[in-house]
Amino acid sequence: MSRVAVLKGGRSLERQVSLKSGARVEDALDRLGHEPIPIDVGADLVARLRDERAEVAFVALHGRDGEDGTVQELLELVGIPYTGSGVSACVRSADKVLAKHTMLDAGIPTPEFYSFTETAFSELGAADALPAIEERLDFPIVVKPAGQGSALGIRFARSAGDVPAALVAAFSYDRKVLLERHITGRDLAVSVIDDPGGQPQALPVVEAVPQEEEFYDFEARYEIGRTRFICPADLDAAATDGAQEMSLAVYRLFGCFGFARVDLMHDEGGDLQVLEVNPIPGLTETSLLPQAAEAAGLGFDEVVERLLARARERGPAGAGVREG
Amino acid sequence: MNRRSGQAPSGARDLERYAGLFARRTRSMKSSAMRDLMAITERPEVISLAGGLPDTSTFPPDSYAALMAQVASESCARALQYGPTEGLAAVKRSVVQVMTEEGTPVDPDDVLMTTGGQQVIDLVCKALIDPGDVIVAEAPTYPGAIPAFLAYEADVVQIAMDSDGMRIDELEQTLDRLEEQGRRPKFIYTIPTFQNPGGVTMSLPRRQRLVALAQERELLVLEDNPYGLLRYEGEALPTLRALEQGTIAREEASFVIYLGTFSKILSPGARLGWTVAPRPVLEKLNVGKASTDLCSSPMTQYFVAAYFDSGQWGPYLRSLRSIYRRRRDAMLDALAEHFGPELEWTRPQGGLFLWVNLPHYIDTTDLLARALGENVAFVPGASAYVDGRGGSAMRLNFSGVTEERIHEGVRRIGQVVREQIFLYGTLTGQRPVAPRADPADEPAGEAARRQAGARLADVLHLPRRPASDRRAGTGEDG
Repeated sequence: MSRVAVLKGGRSLERQVSLKSGARVEDALDRLGHEPIPIDVGADLVARLRDERAEVAFVALHGRDGEDGTVQELLELVGIPYTGSGVSACVRSADKVLAKHTMLDAGIPTPEFYSFTETAFSELGAADALPAIEERLDFPIVVKPAGQGSALGIRFARSAGDVPAALVAAFSYDRKVLLERHITGRDLAVSVIDDPGGQPQALPVVEAVPQEEEFYDFEARYEIGRTRFICPADLDAAATDGAQEMSLAVYRLFGCFGFARVDLMHDEGGDLQVLEVNPIPGLTETSLLPQAAEAAGLGFDEVVERLLARARERGPAGAGVREG
Repeated sequence: MNRRSGQAPSGARDLERYAGLFARRTRSMKSSAMRDLMAITERPEVISLAGGLPDTSTFPPDSYAALMAQVASESCARALQYGPTEGLAAVKRSVVQVMTEEGTPVDPDDVLMTTGGQQVIDLVCKALIDPGDVIVAEAPTYPGAIPAFLAYEADVVQIAMDSDGMRIDELEQTLDRLEEQGRRPKFIYTIPTFQNPGGVTMSLPRRQRLVALAQERELLVLEDNPYGLLRYEGEALPTLRALEQGTIAREEASFVIYLGTFSKILSPGARLGWTVAPRPVLEKLNVGKASTDLCSSPMTQYFVAAYFDSGQWGPYLRSLRSIYRRRRDAMLDALAEHFGPELEWTRPQGGLFLWVNLPHYIDTTDLLARALGENVAFVPGASAYVDGRGGSAMRLNFSGVTEERIHEGVRRIGQVVREQIFLYGTLTGQRPVAPRADPADEPAGEAARRQAGARLADVLHLPRRPASDRRAGTGEDG
């Protein structure tokens, strides 16, 4: 039995999802005979971690602070082992621009893109470059905030006239945004979890099929019935292997630990392109990683137990983790 | 340690299993990105101009204790017991007092006590709405009514407003159009006085016309009047119910369903509202209520009755008016100081809210994310529409926070709005208005207010947003 601090909530825009993930983890910890200590993270986080004498922390946070390395850094300073990826993997994957450059440098395909900060437009005249970008990327162009983990702030610009408002929307979430080529094809997600031996294991591929709208929106992801998730996805063996192998390559490239989810597009030519890697995938009932684990015969409790075991193996942070 | 033992993990497949059991009407009961964003507004560091909270902090704890002690000593057993579905006679006397204060005398037998005003909306839908039936509402309308309408699978048609409230000419055109399609609305939902979220008040001629229209076409009107007694300036206008009672003979049919509540003049925690309706309708509402909750809490009914009998409500209401008037003025001053000429807002004579229109290219749901980064919140306008309009508007509440925080909250919103206007200007090559770091550079308050007043009539006219402007995502969670 361990005292496990379950870090959830916080003030990221994905607070609600995180609260659901956290509550589910707490139930699982209960069933596994551990003692969950729910912590809605806030200004008292460090004090609470010390006061509660948690032996290990389960990070069930999504988005800003929880998924971008901030909380991980604090946990390392406090010296509490924690689940999931370390600071470096979080920092590099939470920033979509940094993540895409990391993948390009390693030869992993990702949709063509251009990224700008707000000051590029306000002070460097980046707006003058928009027509050239629009020409190179073709419409529709996907406009995204660089650091927002969920689909909030993502817009599809169908013509040049849509681009300014789409950028204004994306800049509501981050001071850096990217304009990305839209890939027509199938929307796939491959969850990866470390096996008991510490080797990353790719779970069955999930395909997300929007039910109502051309592009499914933020809400649809968390609502039963609005997006159909097919798991395992109806892909031939070669395509399945390809998606899983590429996801494992991404997992290793970023130095992910414990688990992660890689989102990819299977384009009309049958080629794969990686959109992003999520270091702390959602753990709600409708989230993709638990569904994929279930399809692989891995129950939610086992997922939680594996992540805890990996956290303990890694031990309480510090230099060793940084190097690992 | 196993506090919650034996429960199987509920995974996606279990949810699929439940999904097959859900009623069709739950499909329209969506949680939304907006709700996720609103969850953050509850954090203490956030200045929330979002909620509709009255200020309950000035209610004297001694009075509360004395009233509850009185209930305990005089009505203990009855307060702990079930009560009649229609409500206790004692609290209906309080309702009569409040309605008389608004010039709307009422027979206690025509009153049904409810669990908040919200229950009236639900019960009226429950009694009147079959799937696909039309409800006519104002545009924008009370955001909390929309989920109730949608839960009963109503087809909500929204009628534009201007500074005189709902456009009755547009209402008539809409009714004609619906009639051509063989459709007759089941009821017209309106908040004539200090409308939520618009902050505007329906003029007397429009009230008269609406009442006449209801009679001519035999259409029910649900008059939602939570704020009528919270007037800070100007002359009180008669309620629709009072107008109707003044024009029809005793035996003639009435078509106004009146909704009242103690939430804004005493306490939302009491969860006590009421409705006054034509007898046949009232009977259906009564039956509907019995199946929902048997009766509203006798404890709070006795509390409210004791409070009104004690005569404290007059002075308390006056103190609330004076607090809210100062807060409204603080908000109007702050808006004039911190919101630039690109923005327009309504100037309510009472109530709790005002409405702000922003440039069309600003989506206020996205803007809320940015505002939350500055620890300030508002209600995005889209929540007041069923048809995707309102995306560039916001509702601001001035009753729930202090004048100082109102000023600071408005300043922060003004700053993020200016940043977005400037950004859009640089993106489109339109002459950008540089964001002002120093609020002192703003145009003088009076001039801005005059300008806002001059354009008030247009404030609630909102263009339909193109479908391509909707938010969308490629889909990733966690």
